[in-house]
Amino acid sequence: MAKNKEKQTTVRRKLFKRKPREKKLNRSMAGNGILFFIMFICGIFMALPLVMIINNALKPLDEIFQFPPKIFVRNPTLENFSDLFVLMNNSWVPFSRYIFNTIIITGGGMVGHVICASLAAYPLAKHKFPGKDILFNMVVLSMMFSWTVTQIPQYLIISWLHINNTYAALILPAFSFGMGLYLMKQFMEQLPDSLMESARLDGASEWKIFWTIVMPNVKPAWLTLAIFQFQQMWGNTGSLFLRNEELKPLQYSLQQITAGGTARAGAAAAVTFIIAAVPIIFFLICQNNVIETMTTSGMKD
Amino acid sequence: MSHTTTNATGSAELLEINMKQKKLGYQIKRNKEIYLMMAPYFILFFLFTVLPVVVSIGLSFTYFNMLEMPTFIGWKNYIKLFLEDDIFLISLKNTLIFAVITGPISYILCLLFAWIINEFHGKVRSLLTLIFYAPSICGNAYMVWNLILTGDRYGYLNGILIKLGILDNPILWMKTEKWILPILIVVQLWLSLGTGFLSFIAGLQTVDKSLYEAAALDGVKNRWQELWYVTLPSMKPQLMFGAVMQITQSFAVADISIQLAGNPSVNYAGATVVTHLLDYGSTRFDMGYASAIATVLFLLMVGTNKLVQKILRRVGD
Repeated sequence: MAKNKEKQTTVRRKLFKRKPREKKLNRSMAGNGILFFIMFICGIFMALPLVMIINNALKPLDEIFQFPPKIFVRNPTLENFSDLFVLMNNSWVPFSRYIFNTIIITGGGMVGHVICASLAAYPLAKHKFPGKDILFNMVVLSMMFSWTVTQIPQYLIISWLHINNTYAALILPAFSFGMGLYLMKQFMEQLPDSLMESARLDGASEWKIFWTIVMPNVKPAWLTLAIFQFQQMWGNTGSLFLRNEELKPLQYSLQQITAGGTARAGAAAAVTFIIAAVPIIFFLICQNNVIETMTTSGMKD
Repeated sequence: MSHTTTNATGSAELLEINMKQKKLGYQIKRNKEIYLMMAPYFILFFLFTVLPVVVSIGLSFTYFNMLEMPTFIGWKNYIKLFLEDDIFLISLKNTLIFAVITGPISYILCLLFAWIINEFHGKVRSLLTLIFYAPSICGNAYMVWNLILTGDRYGYLNGILIKLGILDNPILWMKTEKWILPILIVVQLWLSLGTGFLSFIAGLQTVDKSLYEAAALDGVKNRWQELWYVTLPSMKPQLMFGAVMQITQSFAVADISIQLAGNPSVNYAGATVVTHLLDYGSTRFDMGYASAIATVLFLLMVGTNKLVQKILRRVGD
């Protein structure tokens, strides 16, 4: 019996050698069952805020004020959204302007950060040059200093550069957040040197190597970074630096609507939904791409 | 005859020098490219991060009320911090308890969940990632906990416990000293599948699939061995990253404490270093003192980071 089993495994191994992706390796049904069960229990708790936000947005006013509060909606309506759109149309800065501002601030801050941080991360990960360790350690350590106390010096610097009350006051600091560089550097470090060496022998410039070899190979990393940065920029109301109403982002104006008090509780629930929905949509697009890239390329030396 | 040989060695030397020059020129050119690539990030980084941090550390030696110019007072802020400020010591203790418990646990949870999710494919996988990341993406996710922890019998937790006969009377969860810290720890753990989690998910994607096949041939029997011998060693950079993010998060806990327990909380049971800092920085307008708190916290995190990185180097050995 035991011998038979041994024979089976050797046969299976041979099979693997020939067709490695035919069957998943080292997986037992019991293990899968347990893991799925754990995921299910925890998933219920983790999904709570999502469930609540969706349900609240669909509740008619009387259910929102119901006491004790219920999580699930009984008579779902879209009233809250229509209320919200009426309020939006009444704002004295046209709403399309807020959307435009958000695209510039969130989009600009995100794209710029991903590019700047990746560009700086590549030499730190794959080259030797004087001052490398100091630069890198400084970036890592910078994440450990509370931003509350650095806000005042930062404000002074932004005023000194005369970019106060412009988009740049929000976008430029966002380019240089510490986390992005660290994340990108860690992923780039994993790339085998031979990948770049062969391109170098062909006479490719570092710039070209970066765009054609490094970046495509760390796609999961920069898509993940894009999610983080999108969230960060999307959550920024910009009220610290932006004083002109027509420069402010969507987040700000939406929060102004919720600040209208109890009379706007319905619209506020819709606002909460929209504020959460936008980054979630972006998140799903990015995550799907993270998965797709690796199943198609899966390349690594 | 001899003439030709010297000539030959001479030309060889020349060639070598030529090569060296070329290599040097190449290196200079390469370095120039490298520095150009790093320039945009690091110029902005120095302006908007390094300079403010340096200024803040400088401010920690001053009295600065944000209206008048700062006046230099030497080590006074630090002396007051450790010798006179009882609340700081409470908050420091709370923060350490917080960090020691939530830090490692949520780090392991991030890794575990990312690893389990990695076993799924396609749309299910994206959906699971979304569900587990939901608390971090839904802005004010604490709202749910306010509902669960309401102090009267209509709060979900009280309701369930009374129904089960465990409690006779509802408990004011966030107003009872002994419950505040444990509950905050649970909520923080619930919230902790954030940055580290997503970077692990991405990191698991980049693990070379052929390594698993090779490992199977080498006698790796189950998924746990596979995790320890194959997966973890090949995602060490992500593990390091996750650890740093975990440290910065668990030492800087403040939002959930303020949202759920208030600032100041009952008998400072929910006070953390950062809530204390916010108290001085944005309520009492004593920026010098707040900067001193930030500096102490910074040193604490740097020390922890050194320790954790040392431990992580041993993974998979």
